Amino acid sequence: MKNRLLWPGIALVALLLLNLVVTPSFFALRIQDGHLYGGLVDVLKNGAPTLLIAIGMTLVIATRGIDLSVGAVAAIAAAVTCVHIGTSPDIGTALVGMAIALVLCAALGLWNGFLVAGLGIQPIIATLVLMTAGRGIAMLVTEGQIITVNNDAYRQVGAGFVVLPISILISLAVLGLVALATRKTALGMLIEAVGVNPEASRLAGVRARTIIWTVYVFAAVCAGIAGLMISSNVSAADANSNGLWIEMDAILAVVIGGTSLAGGRYSLAGTLLGAMIIQTLTTTVYTIGVATEVTLVFKAVVVITVCLIQSPKARAALSFRKVAVS
Amino acid sequence: MTESSPPIVEMRGISLAFPGVKALQDVDFRLFPGEVHALMGENGAGKSTLIKTLTGVHTPDSGSVLLAGESVAFSSPGQAQQAGISTVYQEVNLCANLTVAENILLGREPRKFGGIDFPAMRARAAEVLARIGVHIDPASVLETHPIAVQQLVAIARAIAVDCRVLVLDEPTSSLDAGEVAELFRIMRVLRDEGVAILFVSHFLDQVYEIADRMTVLRNGTLVGEHLTKDLDRRALISAMIGRELGALEAIEDASERHSVSGPVLVRAEGLGRRGAIAPFDLDIRAGEVVGLAGLLGSGRTELARLLFGADKADSGRLIVDGTPLHLRGPRSAIAAGIAFCSEDRKGEGLVADLSIRDNLVLAMQAARGWSRPVPRKLKDQLVEKYLAALDIRPANPDALVRTLSGGNQQKVLLARWLVTEPRLLILDEPTRGIDIGAKAQIQQLVTTLAAEGTAVLFISAEMEEVVRIADRIVVLRDRHKIAELDGGSTIDQVVELIAGDPVPEEVAS
Repeated sequence: MKNRLLWPGIALVALLLLNLVVTPSFFALRIQDGHLYGGLVDVLKNGAPTLLIAIGMTLVIATRGIDLSVGAVAAIAAAVTCVHIGTSPDIGTALVGMAIALVLCAALGLWNGFLVAGLGIQPIIATLVLMTAGRGIAMLVTEGQIITVNNDAYRQVGAGFVVLPISILISLAVLGLVALATRKTALGMLIEAVGVNPEASRLAGVRARTIIWTVYVFAAVCAGIAGLMISSNVSAADANSNGLWIEMDAILAVVIGGTSLAGGRYSLAGTLLGAMIIQTLTTTVYTIGVATEVTLVFKAVVVITVCLIQSPKARAALSFRKVAVS
Repeated sequence: MTESSPPIVEMRGISLAFPGVKALQDVDFRLFPGEVHALMGENGAGKSTLIKTLTGVHTPDSGSVLLAGESVAFSSPGQAQQAGISTVYQEVNLCANLTVAENILLGREPRKFGGIDFPAMRARAAEVLARIGVHIDPASVLETHPIAVQQLVAIARAIAVDCRVLVLDEPTSSLDAGEVAELFRIMRVLRDEGVAILFVSHFLDQVYEIADRMTVLRNGTLVGEHLTKDLDRRALISAMIGRELGALEAIEDASERHSVSGPVLVRAEGLGRRGAIAPFDLDIRAGEVVGLAGLLGSGRTELARLLFGADKADSGRLIVDGTPLHLRGPRSAIAAGIAFCSEDRKGEGLVADLSIRDNLVLAMQAARGWSRPVPRKLKDQLVEKYLAALDIRPANPDALVRTLSGGNQQKVLLARWLVTEPRLLILDEPTRGIDIGAKAQIQQLVTTLAAEGTAVLFISAEMEEVVRIADRIVVLRDRHKIAELDGGSTIDQVVELIAGDPVPEEVAS
């Protein structure tokens, strides 16, 4: 377990140090109006939605699944909330809007779960349906417009501070709750059992379908909250760009964190590290001033490096003294 | 068998450890051209590990492998195969959806104009099949053939290349007597051509029939290498299990039959499923061992799956304790105290990437629901109890089940159900592919459980075993229940029923 987190940890530290070299003030924290500001805080704040989605994705992947629809679900949540709020500055309207959005997201998760657990469709295909259709739904809700709102209560979700950014507090709270709920109960073990061998689990009496269904609903709700953070941060819902490609970042975060796409054993701590690596990477691109046309290439190089150092084969090939440790 | 010629394979001082398990310790092994060499040992003795070390699946921690006198270090089975070492594993490792010819020549297809030359491929495959005397259409899809034929196709694939060493890892465990004879004929042909054959089987009769030489392993160490004619069975068994044979005989004697007249625990009335098993009636009493006898494909497993709710019955009903039980799935069967150990340990039984501990408590945990985890203390007690009671090795609860040998995996699966204290335990081929030591332990366990009042439905392809252990025998043929026999019956009676042409009237017990 420790070993699995070692390399992602080193990668994250290395990225942060790179930032420090380029921008000596990167680690500096300052307090302004009771809020914490600084490079690290920005990483946490901007990484919160990815982290939240990656938590849901971790459980889905642990059951041998994958959820490609999270980005679209995030866009739907943003659209529904902002359309409901409209021009109202009311805190009540904001709360109701968010509640409606999250209930809708849960329903979308039920749909994914139905396709995967109920009908037995391959997860990548099943969630591809909502990935493409979801953006369309969000466009319908916003009628193709960017919906801007001016609601202080809503702004808090993505842009607010209680010393730390509220968004990262929400993500970390969800992470803590999930860790408790899966490791202090038997849920984690059952999820892993279903992921490793669904048929054996069914024959051992595990409610495999219910578990699979539950993780898709959970992943969709996580995506919904992440969508609220993203749109709240800019006080606007844009069906086209909210949460675009975030599913890829989330999947990457999970994989970098050491959870296998083949299902089974998962690591929430690994996912946390993975999400932070992805966000630090994005931040690094801006701080060290990588030219926009090579941004994606730069990201790709870092991700490939992280994946390579995690692969035992690649490490063995790179290492000069073989099998010295054992 | 020419000891004067140098060995084709020589392994020296091989050691290999997995997390928590010392799989091999300083093992020497040699294999001569033109001999059939049997690798003997109990489950977990290290047979499969040694083979996988030879074929490049595992890299040994120390020791050297010499092929024809030259040191080699294969890092993949592909390399080993190129060097002339072909392997046929216990489970058929072929692509079921491809044709026979494609399977035989996969990765080395004859080419023409940059594409695959299919006519040439079929001709070449037919040639290879003819060499071992198998006559099937090379263009037919593999999965349309029975497992036994698939096994022969796997051998055809192994010898389609220039093969100096052929490794057969329990090739006979799913074959019937005629198919085994066919396999042995093929093995003799290859041996006389100078191929060195490494053979693993749990059937002693087969080993004594075919092997020229044997190497015995125990607990990952080498016990000895002997010519078959110099080592009698008694000495071989003692060497394998490391104790005197008397202990084994005592176990056999303990499994005495007795007729049970307790209340009926589970009753099936006209239970059936189209295409799987014709409607049947069956009573199982508490404390009774009911044996299911029949050939492969006679509906044994299908019957068991209906009783457990793994498949839904489309006719009849199941009555437990006098009240009809509607089986919606395994959960309702488990709730009624029915447990089912599948014959397919890997596919339907164990969760390979979880630990022994997690596998042991899985069924109990599933019954409790996720929100009520089995308390740590109880878990430890159960694990400790069953590791000791079933002699599971390694006795390390954190070892991943994937790293265990077949017999130990079977014991873990058994323990998972024993933890739930079932009233009816359905065992589908619990002793297949495991050695006599573990087999005797499992048989004794069945007897003990029955004496304590558990009903057991015992399924095995080995009729000898069914006849010895069961209080009552249910005979199946062609997906019909054709008879019930008393425990005192002989194998001949069972075989006669199975072989008999007209479906006889049901013989009351």
